[in-house]
Amino acid sequence: MLESNEVFETVDLGTSHFTEANEAVRAALDRSDNVRLVDTEGQRYLGCAMRSGKKLEIHGTPGNDMACFMDGGTIEVFGNSQDQIGNTMNDGLIVVHGRCGDAAGYGMRGGSIYIRDDCGWRVGINMKQYEDKKPVIVIGGDAGSFLGEYMAGGVIVLLGKPERYLATGMHGGVIYLKNRIDSDSVAPGLMVEEVDEADKEFLNEVLSNYNHFFAGDTNEGAPVTGDGFYKLIPESSRPYASMYAS
Amino acid sequence: MFKHKGPKEGEVRIPSGCAISGIMDKSGARHDGGDILRSIALMHDRGNGLGGGFAAYGIYPEYRDLYAFHIMYESDEARRATEEYLDIYFMSEKQERIPTESIESIKNPPDIWRYFVAPHPMRLNMSGMDEAEYTMQHVFHINARIDGAFVASSGKNMGAFKGVGYPEDIGEFYRIQDYKAWAWTAHGRFPTNTPGWWGGAHPFTLLNWSVVHNGEISSYDANRRYVEQFGYDCELQTDTEVITYLFDFLSRHCGFSQEMAAHIMTAPSWEDIDNMPEELAAYETALRVVYSSALVNGPFSVILGSDEGLLALNDRLKLRALMVAEKGSMVYLASEQAAIEVVCPDAENVRSIGGGEPFVIQLDEVVKRKSGESSENIPAKEKPFKHEVGVQPRSRKDM
Amino acid sequence: MLDYILPKYKVRHDAIDCVMCKKCVRECSYGVNKVDDERNVIVSDNLKCVNCQRCVVVCPTQAITITDWPQVATGSSSWTQSAMQDIAKQSQTGGVLLSSMGNPKPYPVFWDHLVLNASQVTNPSIDPLREPMETRVFLGSRPNMLKVNERKHKVITKLPPQLKLNMPVMFSAMSFGSVSLNTQKALAIAAKNLGTFFNVGEGGLHKDLEAYSENTIVQVASGRFGVDPHYLNTAKAIEIKIGQGAKPGIGGHLPGEKINAKVSQTRMIPQGTDAISPAPHHDIYSIEDLRQLVYSIKEATLYRKPIAVKVAAVNNIAAIASGMARAGADIIVIDGFRGGTGAAPKRIRDNVGIPIELALASVDQRLRDEGIRSTVSLVAGGTVRSSADVVKAIALGADAVYIASAALIAIGCHQCQDCSSGMCNWGIATQKPELTKRLDPQSAAQRIENMVRAWNKEIEEMMGGMGINAIDSLRGNRLMLRGIGLNEKELEILGVKYAGE
Repeated sequence: MLESNEVFETVDLGTSHFTEANEAVRAALDRSDNVRLVDTEGQRYLGCAMRSGKKLEIHGTPGNDMACFMDGGTIEVFGNSQDQIGNTMNDGLIVVHGRCGDAAGYGMRGGSIYIRDDCGWRVGINMKQYEDKKPVIVIGGDAGSFLGEYMAGGVIVLLGKPERYLATGMHGGVIYLKNRIDSDSVAPGLMVEEVDEADKEFLNEVLSNYNHFFAGDTNEGAPVTGDGFYKLIPESSRPYASMYAS
Repeated sequence: MFKHKGPKEGEVRIPSGCAISGIMDKSGARHDGGDILRSIALMHDRGNGLGGGFAAYGIYPEYRDLYAFHIMYESDEARRATEEYLDIYFMSEKQERIPTESIESIKNPPDIWRYFVAPHPMRLNMSGMDEAEYTMQHVFHINARIDGAFVASSGKNMGAFKGVGYPEDIGEFYRIQDYKAWAWTAHGRFPTNTPGWWGGAHPFTLLNWSVVHNGEISSYDANRRYVEQFGYDCELQTDTEVITYLFDFLSRHCGFSQEMAAHIMTAPSWEDIDNMPEELAAYETALRVVYSSALVNGPFSVILGSDEGLLALNDRLKLRALMVAEKGSMVYLASEQAAIEVVCPDAENVRSIGGGEPFVIQLDEVVKRKSGESSENIPAKEKPFKHEVGVQPRSRKDM
Repeated sequence: MLDYILPKYKVRHDAIDCVMCKKCVRECSYGVNKVDDERNVIVSDNLKCVNCQRCVVVCPTQAITITDWPQVATGSSSWTQSAMQDIAKQSQTGGVLLSSMGNPKPYPVFWDHLVLNASQVTNPSIDPLREPMETRVFLGSRPNMLKVNERKHKVITKLPPQLKLNMPVMFSAMSFGSVSLNTQKALAIAAKNLGTFFNVGEGGLHKDLEAYSENTIVQVASGRFGVDPHYLNTAKAIEIKIGQGAKPGIGGHLPGEKINAKVSQTRMIPQGTDAISPAPHHDIYSIEDLRQLVYSIKEATLYRKPIAVKVAAVNNIAAIASGMARAGADIIVIDGFRGGTGAAPKRIRDNVGIPIELALASVDQRLRDEGIRSTVSLVAGGTVRSSADVVKAIALGADAVYIASAALIAIGCHQCQDCSSGMCNWGIATQKPELTKRLDPQSAAQRIENMVRAWNKEIEEMMGGMGINAIDSLRGNRLMLRGIGLNEKELEILGVKYAGE
């Protein structure tokens, strides 16, 4: 859990419609840097386009598209999150004390997402990176199929097991896997390597974060050294260079 | 619907030119049809003998709470079918043949009846519609679905008297001198083709509305396809019909005053709006944006009759003539000034109706009532015409 | 084996007219023209020529003409020269055929089977030179009914945000990367001066264009390039691109060689990597998901911007459009299958989708049948070639049209269909600095403005002829159209009568 001594403004969402809920959340974030949402019942778009310097704590179940276009700050979810969290996310930090649904981090360009448990399908799809912007998704549990599909940049760290069609169409970035996958599961155009020292340094940082964020939870935590991890990377950033004839 | 050999309204679009006139006593005192007859007769040459008619308000005070249906029949079967239909959906207080005079120039008139009816209370209740909407939908049904029957008018304490012929002959045929009304309108038609049937003559009416109109609007199909979204079926394909539906939609459905409805239909130009103070410009812009397709374009002059009085309107560019004059509580409207002066030689304030400037003539009692009312429109619920419940006839497109 | 690809064109230099200025040599990025020093003549490598006509236009003595390659085919109407050449190419390379611009196949162009009405006797035509004539259009969603205070002249209902267009023509999406920044600048300047909008496409918004934000529509496509809160809030409207007429159902693919430093900055991806837009939006697998994306953008822009949704015209377009309206789209954009593109697989471009005229007519009618046409705006694109096409589109039911190829033709495009190579001699579909500098944004903008202003005058003339003085009364006014050379079914779908009826 992220430690903080700051005072939180509390907003009770109940079953309010997302338009009212987000209006209330935006108003609260304008007044206070720290806002706690309680009794969240599936309202979409919470933390949409949130700015840096703000912190949103969500209790309950946030709806789809949480943190879409997020631009900074921190969102911490005590519970599970639904589909498409961090959609087209630009910056900031998302910590989920639970699992997340499909297509988390779709088109994500910056910031980090830490999921304590499993994630749904197509997580990290079409993630990309640019200059100093390098998005990171850490998944504590297993991932659904198509993890990192079309991935063009950024990092995914998977502590559990992937499903089928791992990283099809990946042409940038890296996926770190705690568990080795057999060569049949490596999609054409991709290759698996053992991690080197630089990778381990990076893994040490994000896995320490992971353990730190979820220290108060019951799970056992992750091994932080990065030893024995594998990385999945594309052979080329131009996978379709010879596909066309004009 | 009438069976007919040649093309008629509803099968083809027949442009028409016309003469129109209107006479009203704001005090509500009633006058016979003599003056309106003389007024329209003076403009004989604006018609060509292929259509004439009158609308009269206040003619049935003894049945003021009942819908007065004027229905034309081409055959006994049509009458039987219609009366069977009316028996199901309405309760009839009285029904009779409308008295007519035999006039040499009037050939083959239909059998014309009137019925004073109220909606069947239980069926109305089940329909999920209000009384006016219920009545309108059943009138639509008769006109579209019963061969050889046409509802010429369906309002309360009013009626339309129309047919094929010069208006002065039609007036005599219907003996309009025998009726007393606080408002009269008249129409002499110049259709380009031979519609040859009585339902196609004007005024066009719906519930308490009656419209006489001169000119051919160029926005017809834009307006038609707009109102058809809201449950109006433009069966006759005439300008008058679509103008009536626009008035009905804007006033009855959207809750605007008649003047406001007319204002929307002849909206101020963008050039004018751009020169308005900001808030007024925002108001006019919002109206034009939302009611863009209710703008009526091309030449027209219109006299709208209703239970509130008369409203005269010219198109934005004022391409048609329409004059107004007053005398005491009397107001006179006509396509030509002489048609006013022939019945009121000492009329005062003779002037023309400006382009896009609705001219409203309300009964004194209506003016009094309205002054106490809110000036916010109260729209009917979002989609009141789409309920497929109870006894509402299905949309004709499905049948 | 022999490579049996033949030239498509033959470049002829007239020996008498040629003054050996060598301009044609310098101007051709494809390296078609060369000096033969021995004979002191210009010779051409015909295989390289794409018929962009740059050399033809710049030649000071009009010495150059380009003709079809004179080789006759063997006479089979199935195995045409071009069908055989496609096979030659594919057997040589194993590649998916790539092409550019609009579908060149001779499918019917329904614009050319529709004729317009004019007033005679029964009502007057209006002379736009002397009478007021209105072409202003607003785009956005709106309620069917407005609540107002009539006496105080105040609007009570909150009107959703609207785009104000002085004329019913906008410039449709062309991304930086597929076209040059100078092309985008020309469109931006023209849009600003004309009082309309240009669309930056899916490649992000270059900072030089932020000065034109009042006239900018930005796109959110499946690749989400350059999309962040600043991007969304800078624009006047946001368009969700689901599909494009030239390539319905497939994604985009900007090859790494076109991702130079500037393009990389704007797209926010590394230089030199392929920019791949997935085929679908991976947050939209169903119509209710579209609603989710529409409202995520509305939330991010505080409901201050209209959201357009653009789809390619496909089989079930009427139901799709109706669903889009119900999903919260403020503006529905339909792109027909003859619409252009910077690059598309040839087989997709030439075979997938339906004509815009039929799609537009059926969408407009369906929205009316559903009673929701007046609550949403409808924009049509995909081969709107002239003011007459604009008038016909509006009479069929569009609020406004999108043009792109026409605007490019105004600034030099000769429809050679080779945009994807990035070699555009006109400085349009290229990122090469020596080529893009050929296109001066100011003078290019002037040409686009000239064309659109001329179109608008013609629109006014045609409206005036019909006796209509506001474009509001032309929209959906299908009685102003008649069909020629159409069958019953086509007339039914278009909702028009046959000429003479």
